[in-house]
Amino acid sequence: MRYAYYPGCSLTRSAEPYDLSAKAIAAPLGLSLQEIDDWNCCGATEYISINRNAAYALVGRNLALAARQGVSQDLVAPCSACFLNLRKVDHYMDKYPAVREKTNAALAAGDLHYEPGSMHVRHLLDVVVEDVGYEALQTRVVRPLDGLRVAPYYGCLIVRPQWNGGEVDTEYPTHLDRLLRTLGAEVVDFPLKTHCCGGHMTQISADTAYELIRRLLHNASEYEADIIVTACPMCQLNLDAYQSQVNRHFGTDFHLPVLYFTQMIGLAMGMAPADLGIGREIVSAAAALGKIGQAAPASPAAAPRRKRDDKALPMPRQREEA
Amino acid sequence: MAERVGVYVCHCGSNIAGTVDVEGLAHWAKDNLDGVTVARDYKFMCSSLGQELIEQDIKEQGLTRVVVGACSPHLHEKTFRRACANAGMNPYLCHMVSLREQVSWVTSDKGLAYDKAKALISAGVRRVQLHEELEPTEVPVNPNTLVVGGGIAGIQSALELADAGYQVYLVEREPSIGGHMAQFDKTFPTLDCAACILTPKMSDVGGHPNIHLLSYSEVEEVTGYVGSFHVRLKKKARYIKEDDCTGCGICIEKCPKRVVDEVFEAGLGYRKAVYRPFPQAIPKYPVIDRANCTYFERGTCRACEKFCPTNAIDFEQADTYLDLEVGNIILATGYDLFDTTQIPQYGYGRLANVFTSLEFERMCNAAGPTEGKIVLRDGVTQPKSVALIHCVGSRDKRHHPYCSAVCCMSALKFGHLVMEKTGAEVTSFYIDMRPLHKNYEEFYDRLQQEGMHFIRGRAAEVTDAARLPGEDGKLIVQAEDTLIGRQRRVPVDMVILLGALQPRADARETAIRFGISCSIDGWFTERHPKLDPVATMTDGLFIAGTCQGPKDIPDSVAQGAAAASRVQGMISSGTVMIEPIVASIDEARCSGCRICNNMCPFNAIDYLEDRGVSFINAALCKGCGTCVAACPAMAITGAHFNYAQITAELEGILYDAMRGNGHAVAAPEPAAAGG
Repeated sequence: MRYAYYPGCSLTRSAEPYDLSAKAIAAPLGLSLQEIDDWNCCGATEYISINRNAAYALVGRNLALAARQGVSQDLVAPCSACFLNLRKVDHYMDKYPAVREKTNAALAAGDLHYEPGSMHVRHLLDVVVEDVGYEALQTRVVRPLDGLRVAPYYGCLIVRPQWNGGEVDTEYPTHLDRLLRTLGAEVVDFPLKTHCCGGHMTQISADTAYELIRRLLHNASEYEADIIVTACPMCQLNLDAYQSQVNRHFGTDFHLPVLYFTQMIGLAMGMAPADLGIGREIVSAAAALGKIGQAAPASPAAAPRRKRDDKALPMPRQREEA
Repeated sequence: MAERVGVYVCHCGSNIAGTVDVEGLAHWAKDNLDGVTVARDYKFMCSSLGQELIEQDIKEQGLTRVVVGACSPHLHEKTFRRACANAGMNPYLCHMVSLREQVSWVTSDKGLAYDKAKALISAGVRRVQLHEELEPTEVPVNPNTLVVGGGIAGIQSALELADAGYQVYLVEREPSIGGHMAQFDKTFPTLDCAACILTPKMSDVGGHPNIHLLSYSEVEEVTGYVGSFHVRLKKKARYIKEDDCTGCGICIEKCPKRVVDEVFEAGLGYRKAVYRPFPQAIPKYPVIDRANCTYFERGTCRACEKFCPTNAIDFEQADTYLDLEVGNIILATGYDLFDTTQIPQYGYGRLANVFTSLEFERMCNAAGPTEGKIVLRDGVTQPKSVALIHCVGSRDKRHHPYCSAVCCMSALKFGHLVMEKTGAEVTSFYIDMRPLHKNYEEFYDRLQQEGMHFIRGRAAEVTDAARLPGEDGKLIVQAEDTLIGRQRRVPVDMVILLGALQPRADARETAIRFGISCSIDGWFTERHPKLDPVATMTDGLFIAGTCQGPKDIPDSVAQGAAAASRVQGMISSGTVMIEPIVASIDEARCSGCRICNNMCPFNAIDYLEDRGVSFINAALCKGCGTCVAACPAMAITGAHFNYAQITAELEGILYDAMRGNGHAVAAPEPAAAGG
């Protein structure tokens, strides 16, 4: 399966491990990621709030390039912000004729044109889950993440708004949960899985951002997670790089490493941590990852027998995972 | 002989006249359409004076056909047919054109409206000239009635009919009648015990000489028509001989297998593999649940058999089938509760102390799994604070857009019970309070006096992620309080989700089986939402209770009684007229290919082996026209919708086009033989 690949700026700098690990797992999973030639910044969250027309043109250029280069109809972005911007502009150009005209007028200066709907913008997580699939992924697992307690952190951008998230449940998605379970990890039911990490608020109002980050770290540690796994460079940066500042600010003592789901897939596939960019995170994942392989082989858990005097009421039957 | 057609254009007040130039239309018809003798417009054609106008014209002007351009034939076709019949004309020589539903109500463009009105009137005038005189047939009504569903609505219907002296077959899918009401603890707003008012009615049903109770049974097939339906029932094997069982319950006591009761206890409690849903079950005979019985699973056990004092256990029993003849059918099949796991942000199934309304009803019930104690999922701890979330799955575009009608009152009832039994603090998260009926507002007022808290705002989520002081170890309900315009986080011990009422999972199959229709949501459709709420478009089939839409107990009972009284009317008149608009087969042209046999949705077509042709039973035929269109030899004719009539109608609609093409538009020639 071939995909046009839009790494975005983060993956060339702060989130380089994400790029490394994505590329490392792509080939064994049968994904061919072909980087768009001459791509530019998506404008992140700032540009679109200052000058919309320019922001649309900035994103439109990437869409137009991808369409012209014709690698694939599927345009894959690993970064949630890039994904949202690409998808948003494609959607707006389709829905609002005025946006379509203005953006294409701007693109014409660079001899480009974009017909909305010609690229299908997708997040890397969606590609792994939908195109590779859990079953195929399972067959690739050689070193299951047994005993590792993982908090799946989706962030706020990939599931909202609803037209953006597709089939995924906007309020309580479970595909990353299921992916991590497929890798053998013990997935905690992380209630704040779609809550905001603060985004660029660290630059504008640090106190606000620290509080948002603290909630996430606090909740993940309440659930005794060894590690937080994310699909977004912004989330990773905030939770990882600001963790010590949050500790200082609130007098807390969190030591929660934050890794990308691609790194976890690579680990489970038996790749060397260094090849996946592991070790470049700020809060070291070494201790947490020490658990993998050391845990005793899990014996099939027997259903707890009800004691005679047990008055507990039965839990509701859960829906089958689709 | 040329027909003399009268055209009558109704203003319907301003409903039609506001958009269509009715006077101009009448003049146009008189001047331009062949065969039109009289054309008039009138303020309200359906009024007595309007009808008399038609009758007078028939008599004085010698009209042989009538076209009325007014509302939908659903509303007034009968009225105008009767008017024509009063003047001595065969009622089927009158035709209605819908100028309101199909013209004035669907556009505001007067020019287009006028053009479409002209086309439709022209079509009506051409078609009506080819109408044939038809006579309805009269068939007897079997005085026995089938009631499907033994909830409160079905019980009420069955008792009303049985008390009036008629035989009733009451069919219930579950082992006992009682329905959802039997699961409830108290009823709003009077707070009387649901079982105390329901069980006397249940035992009336059980002991009534005119009621044949068929529990643990389902309707497999319905054929026939109003007055004489044939119904095939499956009586599921109970594995208990009803003639021998005394209902002593020893088998239940001795059964070693315990399973979660997903139906009656709503998943909150356990039952045995041989069980009776609740102590007052009617009938009293238990049922062996084959899927969970150790004997059926592994071939050993038979504990119930060993201990049964009357040898009533029969593992060899098989499903049996029963054929019934009834004149009318009442459907009272009830509702399902919305699956609250579909709204994962409320945590049901993940967070132990989130409960559904039905679970809470069972918890509150003294005969339920906790013996009426209000406790958390651990079975012992009393909650100190409880949140009630309204509109879970209802008033929600992602799930059900409608209001479930009963949840506000259930929430108030729950609030009262929690405060009375535990003294816990109760907070309701509502969108709007809708206590609509008699004494309901007073009950709302009472709960406010009793100190229940009300926060106006749809809850955003229920989470165990503590953030603020006092939230640790609690469930936090987050909502925007829209009265103060603030986000609120309310930590509580227990959350109760007031799930929507939704149509039964198999409601659509049921509708097809009985030949009635469902709304988009899946509720059974009544004949008229205001004026005919318990009849359906299928004669002889009535609906009652929540299968028609969300409603509370008083409304369900009222509908049950209403449906019974409609059936009594049918029975006491003794006969029913059957529409003559049916299909028939010209044997000379039928090749016996049998394509039509399986097409018919009403199973009205039989193949006559001896003659090698198909035959349509006029009493079963509903005149839908499927076979007419399907017949490759054009051997089937739909009365009132024959080829000549439909072609004439089409030519009429194309009036303008045909004129423009220079075609002469002459009065249609009656086709030779049916056409």
